[in-house]
Parts: sequence; C-alpha cells; structure tokens
Amino acid sequence: MASAAQTVQHRRVLPAPTVTRLRHWTLRGAAITYLVTMIVVPVAAIVTKGFAAGLDTFQEAMASPGAWEAISLTLVASALAAIINAIFGTMLAYILVRYRFRGRGLLSAVVDLPFAIPTLVTGVMLVAIYGPNTPIGKAFGTVGIPLMFSQIAILLALCVVTLPFVVRTVQPVLLELDTAEEEAAQVLGASAWKTFRAVVMPAIRPAIAAGALLAFARGLGEFGSIVFVSGNIEGRTKTAPYFIFQLTNQFKPDQAAAVATLLFAISFGLVLVTSRLVRTERKEAKS
Amino acid sequence: MTTNAAIRVQNLTKRFGSFVAVDDISFDAAEGKITALLGPSGSGKSTVLRMIAGLETPTNGRIWIEDDETTFKSVQERRVGFVFQHYALFRHMTVAQNVAFGLAVRKQSKADQARRVDELLDLVQLSPFADRFPDQLSGGQRQRVALARALAPRPQVLLLDEPFGALDARVRQDLRHWLDGLHRELGVTSLFVTHDQDEALELAHEVVVMHEGRIEQMGSPTQIYNEPQTAFVAGFIGSPNVLQGRVAAGHVLVGAHRLPGADHLEEGAAARAFVRPHDVRLAEPDPEAAAAVEARVDRVSTLGWLSRVMLRLDDGQTIVAEIPSDELIDLTEGTTVAVDLRRAKAFEAEPVGAPAE
Amino acid sequence: MSVVLGPPRLVDVTPGGEEMRRRGRRRALVRSAIVAVCLLYLTVVLLGPLVGIFLSAFREGLPKIGETLTSPDVRHAFFLTFEITIVTLLVTTTFGAVTAWVLVRHRFVGRRILNALVELPLAMSPVTVGLACVLLFGRGGWFEPWFTARGIQVIFALPSMILVTIFICIPFVIRSVAPVLDELGTEEEDAARTLGASTLQTLFRVILPNIRWGLFYGIALTTARSIGEIGAVLIVSGMLKGQTETATIYVLTAFEERMDAEGYIVALTLAAISIVMLLVIEISKRRKIKEVMG
Repeated sequence: MASAAQTVQHRRVLPAPTVTRLRHWTLRGAAITYLVTMIVVPVAAIVTKGFAAGLDTFQEAMASPGAWEAISLTLVASALAAIINAIFGTMLAYILVRYRFRGRGLLSAVVDLPFAIPTLVTGVMLVAIYGPNTPIGKAFGTVGIPLMFSQIAILLALCVVTLPFVVRTVQPVLLELDTAEEEAAQVLGASAWKTFRAVVMPAIRPAIAAGALLAFARGLGEFGSIVFVSGNIEGRTKTAPYFIFQLTNQFKPDQAAAVATLLFAISFGLVLVTSRLVRTERKEAKS
Repeated sequence: MTTNAAIRVQNLTKRFGSFVAVDDISFDAAEGKITALLGPSGSGKSTVLRMIAGLETPTNGRIWIEDDETTFKSVQERRVGFVFQHYALFRHMTVAQNVAFGLAVRKQSKADQARRVDELLDLVQLSPFADRFPDQLSGGQRQRVALARALAPRPQVLLLDEPFGALDARVRQDLRHWLDGLHRELGVTSLFVTHDQDEALELAHEVVVMHEGRIEQMGSPTQIYNEPQTAFVAGFIGSPNVLQGRVAAGHVLVGAHRLPGADHLEEGAAARAFVRPHDVRLAEPDPEAAAAVEARVDRVSTLGWLSRVMLRLDDGQTIVAEIPSDELIDLTEGTTVAVDLRRAKAFEAEPVGAPAE
Repeated sequence: MSVVLGPPRLVDVTPGGEEMRRRGRRRALVRSAIVAVCLLYLTVVLLGPLVGIFLSAFREGLPKIGETLTSPDVRHAFFLTFEITIVTLLVTTTFGAVTAWVLVRHRFVGRRILNALVELPLAMSPVTVGLACVLLFGRGGWFEPWFTARGIQVIFALPSMILVTIFICIPFVIRSVAPVLDELGTEEEDAARTLGASTLQTLFRVILPNIRWGLFYGIALTTARSIGEIGAVLIVSGMLKGQTETATIYVLTAFEERMDAEGYIVALTLAAISIVMLLVIEISKRRKIKEVMG
C-alpha cells in the first residue's frame, strides 16, 4: 500500500507547498508584467509627455484654430447622445425584459450590433443612407438640414455607437427586479405609469446613470465613425479626437499629448465612477 | 512507528495572519473506524480536515496517513477520498464520468473504469442515474454520487466535510443510516467533520470535540456524553441546563440546592452546574430527601411521548426537565415539586466578559 | 319620446367588464406604441443604414464586387487585418486568461489597482492609443533607439499596428472570464485534486470546460474589435498603400480617392463579417450568462 505513495515521492524534488508557491508567483508575475508593459507604459508615455512642459503646451495646443470648438463640440455632442440613448435605451431594455413578442431575440442581437461593427463602417452606413446624394439626404437638404457632414451627423453617429450602453446596464437590473413590488402598487390602485415612476424608476435610475456615463465616456473618444461623417470642418464639425489626430500628424506630439491627457482624464474618471456604481448596485441586488 | 492509527496528527497548527484557526492539535484516527471531529462553527475542524487532505498547508505540525508522513506531500499524492459539504460534483460531466474521474486521471483502461463505476453506482444505489447530470439530481443523490466518486480510486482514508450539512433533516437522517451501513460493509477508515452532535454520537466510534482551534476532549461517544471533562463539552453535548452557583465544601450551591461533584473546584469560587433535561428527576415534594429540593412548575408542554416541564428554582434560575409523558405526575402550573439534580456535572464559571455559549 | 325596448340581447353582464376591456385595449395600445417607437429609433440609427450600405455596395452590380474583393490591394488589406487579429487573439486570450485567474484567485497588495488598470483601455480614445505608440516608438520615442539599433521597424509597420490593437483589446477576455471564474469557485478544483488530478489535468478537465463560454465571448468581442479598429491603427500605419493598409484603412482611403464603389463593397464585407461575429457573440453571451448564474 505504501509503494504507490513512495514511487510518487521520488519523482518530486521540491515539497508540494514550495511548488505551489512558485507557480503562484510565476502566474502573478506574468499577469503583472502583461498589464504593466501593455497598459502602464503607454499611458505613462501620454501623461508624462502631456505634463512635460506644463500648461504652456496645453495653451499652445488650445490656441490652434478651432481647438476650443472641438472640445466643446465633443462634450456637448457626447452628452446629447448619452441623454438620447438613456431614454431609448431604457425603453429598449424595458421591452426586452418585460414584453413577449416575436423577434425579441433578434432585437436583442440588433442592439448589440454597434459593439460588433467597425466604427468606420458605421460612418459609411450613415452616409450611404443619409448622405447628400441619397433620397433622404436630398429631401432634408432642400429644407436646409444637412444630415451628413454636419453636427447632426456627429450626433447621429454617436447615437449609433453608444446605443448598447444604457440597454446593457439597465437590462440586468430589470431582470432581477421582483415584480411583486409593482403588483403591490397596482393592487393599491396605482396606474401603470405611476407604478413605473414610483417603483421601477428608482430601482433603475442608478443603472441608467451608469449607462449614460459610460456612453458619454465612449462618445468622447469616438473617432472612426465621426472622421467619416463629420467632414472634419474646422470650428464646425471637428471633434477633440480628430484634433488630437491632426496634431499628431502635424508632428506636434507634445500638444497632442496635452489634449489627449485631458480627454483621457475625463473618460477614465467616468469609467472608474461607473464601475464602482455598477459594483455596489450588484452587491445591493445580491443582498 | 507501528500503530493502529490510519491517520495521525501531531501538533498541528494553522494560522491565517494573526488569527489562529487550529492550535496544536494532536490525535489519531483508528484504522477501519469512523472518527468524528465535532464542534461549533469556527472551531477549526474543517481546517484540520483540509490540512489532512492537503488542501491547506499547516503552519506547524506533522501528519501521517497509514504510517507515511504526508506533511509535505501534494494533495494528489496522498490518495485520500474527500467528500465536500456542497458535493463539488463536476457540473459538466455525467454521474458516471464524475465517478470515473479519479480513475481517468490515473489513466486506467476504459474497461476497468466502466467496471469500477458500475460497481460503485450499484453500491450507492444510483445505477439508473449514470447518464444524468448533477443538476438533475436531488441533494441526497448528489452526495451519494460524491461518495461513490471519492471511493472509486480506492483511497486509503475517507474524509468527509460536513457531508450532510446542506441537506434537509429527513434526508440527513436517511443518509446517516445509509453511511453507517456502507461503512460496515467497506470498513474504510473515515474521518468526518460535523457540528451536529447527534450525527457524531450516532455514527462515530471515536469523537474528538473541538472548540476555538483546540481539542476539548477525545473519547467514545458514551464517554463524551456521560463524562464530559470540560465545561465546554458539558455545555455543548446534550443541550443541558446551565445553573450558576458557588462552591462550598465540594458541592455547588445553587440556591437551596447542594449539588455534588465539585471536589475539583476551588472553594468559594463561582461555578456552573450542567444538568441534562432528562437527568432532572421529579418527585412529590419530600422534605426528607437530600439534594432534592423544591422547585415551582412554571409550564408544562406535551410533545407527544415527551413532555417538557419548565421549573423555577428558589433562587430564580430556571431549568427544563424532559420526562416521558406517561410518567407525568399530576403537574400543573404553580405546583411545587421535588427536583433531584444529583446527575449534574460541575465546572468552573465562565470567565468574565466571555460571550455566552 | 318613448323608448322602445327590443328583445334582450345576450351581452357579457360582468359588472365593469366593459371598462376592463377598454383598459386592456388601452394597455395593449400603449405597449404597441412603445415597441413602435423603439423600432423606429432602431430603424433610423441601425437598420436603415444597413440597408443603405447594402444597396450602395450592389449599385454597380455583382461583377464589380467580385473585381474589388479579388484585387491585390483588397486581398492584402484583409490579410493584414487577419494577421493582426490572430496575433492579438493569441496574446490577449492567453495572458488575459492568466490575468483573470490571478485577479480572481489571488490576494495580494495592489490587486485592486491591477483591476482598475484593466478598465483603462476602455476609457482611451483610439487616437490617444496611436499617439502613445508614436511617443514610444516614433522618432525620439522612449524605445525607438533600442529598436532602430537592431534594425527593427516598429512604427509605420506591422508590429506597432499589432501593439495598439492588443492594447485596445486587453479588457475583453479578462472581463468576460473573471466573473465566470469567480462564480465557479474552488470546490470542483479541490475535488479534482483529491481525486489525483495534476494541475494540468485539473485545468483541462475541470476549469476550462466550465469557463469556455466566458472565454468564447471574450474571444468573439476581441475579434470583432480588432477587425474594426481604425483610429489607432491609422496613426501608426503611415498609410503606406499595399503595405500597411488594413481593411478599415482601405475603406477610408478608397473614399478619399473617390473610389466610392470599392469603399462600399469592402465596408459591406466588413459589416457582414461583423454580423457573423455578432451571432457568435450572442450565442456565447447567453451561454456565458448561464455559467455566471451557476
């Protein structure tokens, strides 16, 4: 009976706990090296370059034509798109969770489409149907509303690209929501709308906020679709990411880094805040 | 070291940071017998079991399985069978594949595997379920599969971590009897962890009572039950009444009661007397009898064949007596009875500031 | 005026029945309205544009499509995209799985920081990523001298394009595997070890089968994202025609050079590939959710 155990014993050189500890540290080392070299180093490059010459570089960059317009346009357009998608996203999440209809699975897949399609192709698609040479584009053109190569185009592109965010944050919350509370409200005489406002809304409000913030952060950095549909007109349809792109191509990497650091700081801050929001939501829901 | 001990543990200690989960434990588990590690949650018993299995590394101490020192061996090398509280069945494998796992990783032939799987499923009476998945089985069935899986590679010893803890009371009872029968048939050395004293006292040949990382007492179930050696054991086993009193001339004074058996305690010290509900003898009030003093009946509850009588002693403390309903003398609330507490066990009082048991 | 009472008609005499039916009808109407509004929105932002690109690509007929997709520039562009995607997948899947493991199973100082680091690429605009690569490997960059000394061309060549795509795709596998691994717990692993399975055996027989949908989901997202990358890759590629043009860059330059038809065709091809990826994403997402629910 002891022989089997003894044969195995001879094979091993180090006692088991040491082997385990070695394995732990190799894995940990690999993970840390991966994240540090692939993420920390590039971010450090941006941030150090951005702060290198201090505020002067930033001011220089912002003195370029159309700089301030680009930043404000990016902020405003992303915010608007986030709000629009907060409304429609909530509606979509609601019907996907609560309603039964044919094609519900298909609808769910369609909502995820912007995550799969290249952003550039999104831009191409928009121009293909709303461009100045299309029936729809021409129709709006005669009324003086240019759908493409305008600020509307930017808003539209951002709406497409950030569509899934609010749906995805609200859906799981709605799924976990116990309908008993809504039923209680209805028994007490509340109308459907009042029930929604009093029972459902408070529960999903943080999820909507988280989704909207993520959509906003995503919109700030959007490039692929906007570079195609906006026309990149200085002072009118040039966005912050395009501005950074321009500065880089003009061999002004320090200015580009300054603007990029600002943009990144805003986005990363938002992502951290929403991560914590989502995590506390999930903990509360579990309890 | 020639012993009869299938498992030997010496000075086993486990620290998690500054927290000492297991403090200098030493005991033997006899060959072919069932040993129970009994204790409340947090007593360290599961940690001891896991260290024996190799799932945790001891901070200090040594472990032998079948006279081989296994302190530094890996889990795989120890050839122990382990049954988890929540079954830990491989959810993506069928019952048959689960049971065969220990054989498959040792590269046994498919034919041998199949034969052994059939043998074991037959043993645990789950042959028709061979191709089902764990989520299609009830809790009791899952635990039987877990047992079959652990036994398939013919382990040297069988370790069970609160094996019936996740099951409801009725299933727990059934499985307990079934495990007893299984052990009689197989005779594998078994060490199991439980907080359920009924389980430990019924199944085990040897009980090790643990509390806060230390062994309180070891012995046969009868010894543990009838001869508790520490206050903890006296209080943990048998759900006794606890009476507070003071030591006087080898007796514990509880109000007007003088309870014997306090010779080992300090004169004048505060003490506790533990007396089990069914050890409380009731009789018609008789001023002649010694150690039998009067108490007032507060309440009588009849639960079928058993009745519970709540009594109030003269110093205000209450105790519960359990007597067969047909021996109920004419007891109503407010009447006085003679209470015989001679079978109480006396121990030192609780240290001040300690939380109640 | 006298009221003439005709013979009694058989009507539903449930008290309030009429009102209930009216309310039921109103509710159904509201529901249909909400669904209609949602569908309208989706048509405007997604379905309409999909139709648009489909029509535009087919405008010059099938032969043009065949011609475009077999042209050397297009073939090379797709091949380049494929190369980048494969390498990205290999790196992010293996290291991502290891990182997910370490983040879930290990406890050590700085784990929370590492966790936050994983979110970082999601917050960065692709142009910023491209810029970072330029700052590291471009002229005067931190690492540029080391590579130039060895004659290795990073920027304006394949290596930099791969690097930026890896950066952007890092979070996907990690974030999809971690919750599944977390839910799995260690009990099955412990059981496997007590039954004699070595580490590798446990990994392949117990752990991987249980996390495979989480893995597939992460892989599908990485593939879609990597195929679709434009911003970062545009900056570091230098847009050397036929050499560092990915499929997406090809589309951009095609339109810039007024080769609209070719642009639409390749764009539609990319859209079609994404839709296939979407199917994979959806299937694995559903299975992954089951894995997380346990």
